[in-house]
Amino acid sequence: MASDALFFVFAGFAIACAISMVYHRNPLYSAISLVGVFVALACIYITLAAPFIAAVQVLVYAGAIMVLVVFVIMLLNLDEDRPLNRLRFLYAIGGGLGLILLAQTFFIFYAVMKAPQHSVEAGETAGKTMSIGQAMYTEYLLPVEIIGVLLLMAIIGGVVLSRRLSQPQLELVVDNELDKRHQEEEKGDFRIAL
Amino acid sequence: MEPSLASYLALSGILFTIGAVGVIFKRNAIGMFMCIELMLNSVNLTFVAFSRYYADTTGQLFVFMVMAVAACEAAVGLGIIIAFFRNRQSVDVDDASILKN
Repeated sequence: MASDALFFVFAGFAIACAISMVYHRNPLYSAISLVGVFVALACIYITLAAPFIAAVQVLVYAGAIMVLVVFVIMLLNLDEDRPLNRLRFLYAIGGGLGLILLAQTFFIFYAVMKAPQHSVEAGETAGKTMSIGQAMYTEYLLPVEIIGVLLLMAIIGGVVLSRRLSQPQLELVVDNELDKRHQEEEKGDFRIAL
Repeated sequence: MEPSLASYLALSGILFTIGAVGVIFKRNAIGMFMCIELMLNSVNLTFVAFSRYYADTTGQLFVFMVMAVAACEAAVGLGIIIAFFRNRQSVDVDDASILKN
C-alpha cells in the first residue's frame, strides 16, 4: 500500500510539473518545471527497483542536460514566448493529437489491466548495478561502443556549430590556405595539389 | 503489493501526450527541445516498468542508451539554437523560414 501511495504522489507531481512546463511562457519557469518532472521520475524509478537508472537520471538529466538548457536560456537572455498570433489551426492540430494520444493511453491501460497479471518475484536482481554492468560489457558491448562514437560525433558537432568566424576572419583563413598551396606548388611538392 | 504495470504505462502515456502537445504549442525552440526531452523520459519510464515486471535487464540498458542519445541531442540541438540566435536574434521557430518558397 505504501508503494501505491508513493506511486500516486510522484505520478501526480510529475504530471503537474509537465503541465506547468507546457503552460508557462517564460522558458526559465519551463526549465525548472522540467527538473521537477525528472526528479519525480527518478523517485518512481527507485520504487521500480532500478536505483542505477534513478541515479543516472538525476545526474544526466536533472544535472547535465538541464544545466546546459538553463545556461543557454541565460546566455541568450530570452524574453517571454509570444502568444500564437498566426497559425491558429495549430490549436486544432495540437488538441486533436492530444485527444488521440490520450485515447490510446486509456485503451492500453484497460488492455493491460484485463490481461493476466505478471506477478513480480521478490528479490529481483534486474536493477542491480552489477548485473547492468555485466550485461553492458559482455552481451551489449557493440551498442556501448557505438554510443561512444556517437558522443564523440556530438562533441565535434558542438564545436563546429559554436565556432564563429566573421567574414574577414574567414577570408584570412582562405587566403592562408591558398598561400600555403602556392608555396607548395612552387617547391614542386604536389602532395597537397594531388 | 505494487501498482500494476498498467498504471505505469498510463503515466507514461499521459506524459508523452503532454510532451507531444507541447511541441506543437510552443514556438520557442528551447521550449520544443524541453518537450522532446519529456517525451524521451516518458518512453524511459515504459522501459523501466517492463524491465521490472518481466525481470529483464535489457530494458534498463536501453534506457541508458536513450539517455546517451538525449545528451548528444542536447549538445548538438543547443548548438544549433545558439547559431540560429546569432543569425536572427530570436529563437522563435517561425523565424526559421529561409528555406520556405
